[in-house]
Amino acid sequence: MWELLKIELFKIFRKPRTFISFGAIAAIILIIQLGLKFDGKSYLELMMGDISDSFEIPYDMVLNGYFIAFVILNAILIHVPLLVALVAGDSIAGEANMGTLRLVMTKPVSRTKLMLVKYFASVIYTVLLLTWMAILALLASILFFGTNDVIIARNDVMEQIQKADILWRYIAAFGFAAVALSTVAALAFLLSVFAENSIGPIVATMSIVIVLTILSELKIPMYDNTVKPYLFTSHMLGWKGFFYSKTGADGTVISGSIENFPAILRSLGILLGYIFVFVTTAIWVFRKKDILS
Amino acid sequence: MDMMYKTILLSNIFLLSAFFTFAQDVSSLVQKVRTKIEQVNSYEADGTMKTNVNFLKVPQAKVKIYFKKPDKLKIKNENGISLVPKSILGTGLNNLLKGNFTALDAGSDLINNTKVRVVKLIPVDDNAEIVLSTIYIDEPHLVILKAKITTKESGTYEIEMNYGKYMDYALPDKITCTFSIKNYKLPKGVTLDYDDGSKKRSDENLKDARGKVEIIYDSYSVNKNIPDNVF
Repeated sequence: MWELLKIELFKIFRKPRTFISFGAIAAIILIIQLGLKFDGKSYLELMMGDISDSFEIPYDMVLNGYFIAFVILNAILIHVPLLVALVAGDSIAGEANMGTLRLVMTKPVSRTKLMLVKYFASVIYTVLLLTWMAILALLASILFFGTNDVIIARNDVMEQIQKADILWRYIAAFGFAAVALSTVAALAFLLSVFAENSIGPIVATMSIVIVLTILSELKIPMYDNTVKPYLFTSHMLGWKGFFYSKTGADGTVISGSIENFPAILRSLGILLGYIFVFVTTAIWVFRKKDILS
Repeated sequence: MDMMYKTILLSNIFLLSAFFTFAQDVSSLVQKVRTKIEQVNSYEADGTMKTNVNFLKVPQAKVKIYFKKPDKLKIKNENGISLVPKSILGTGLNNLLKGNFTALDAGSDLINNTKVRVVKLIPVDDNAEIVLSTIYIDEPHLVILKAKITTKESGTYEIEMNYGKYMDYALPDKITCTFSIKNYKLPKGVTLDYDDGSKKRSDENLKDARGKVEIIYDSYSVNKNIPDNVF
């Protein structure tokens, strides 16, 4: 299994296009960091809205590494599924396109095992992409901007988290994001089984994610309790839940608390359910498929 | 007829003199309170700040409060960030009794079973930030227990003070500021929220939001030299 996994990882990282994602993430993060370094106050003023009329805001302290990491994650985690689809959508269809799939099938490896290894390779790629993002967004921002409390803007409330209470939230959020992105990888992986070239599953995955994300964010009451709770895109933002805290009777934040942990667990369960369904279906289809390419 | 005019004239003179005597009483009371407050040229205090605003979720903070005459006030969170209401910073008690104003007696009242003298202060200067303030003075101790302040820019707010071991300096052990924040609206579309099923605050509630900030003072260092760069 490990040998097979190494071969699959070699195939992924041998292709130059794999590194496009790493380059794109580095470029976006650098652009955001530079923008906030030189004009962070304007961004904060927009974010704070009318709060600055009533409260004295120490902008230089708010603009710290933890805050910038949150801004970066907020801006790019919604787009990373597209980068994940580039690799996961290519895993079966890419081989079919190159004509190597039939060759692989001549080896004494079960189709189920091969499929599981290919999916795990996509998951490892996803985790590495997230780790790269964590290094650049979190560590580099901490290095260049220092640390302090984080202020997070939600639609109806502004949250402040003390700096001593923030790092574990980032670790949990990255863990959750890995599961969320693995769901997209599973979808691309499933679509990859049906195609003979990788463009189809990549574009199809992107289209599905875009359509469902828009549907998840639409403020149309008809969809709120009927469609949205069942879309995996509604639960992919669950990583943010780790940054929402509970408040005590006096209105102050309870340090180390999570506002709605059962909701995060529910979202996690739904995403894992989707992964199970997508991967199992992909294996089931692949096992029955005639490999002609 | 002459007799009647004389009676009316005398009663008017009596009423006017009574009013001025009363006004003078109130003015001298306010002056005594001012003198007591002004004996503090500067202070550095340690305290705890609690913020309770319905659109802000802020942790309790350990803060240092710096004051220097005439009106410099700074609240610093040594371990992080503190969002301090401008109403607290801009119009502290020293500002309240600063400048020329007309003091009017508004009777007496009870605050926590303490009898207080109610005084309305109207600034003489038309351009003053404070338009009107009502202060509740504990006469025997010459301290302000409560103040209701109406300003041009910061709306109306209320300050309540509890005194303890620093009463001789008119420095409170606890100060509670309640203020209004009107027409507050968070920017939409800046962030995509995770809908965790928690009850959302309605826009209607945000329109007339009221906030409360409480500072509990642990200790004061009175009249120590505080450099200007602190503020």
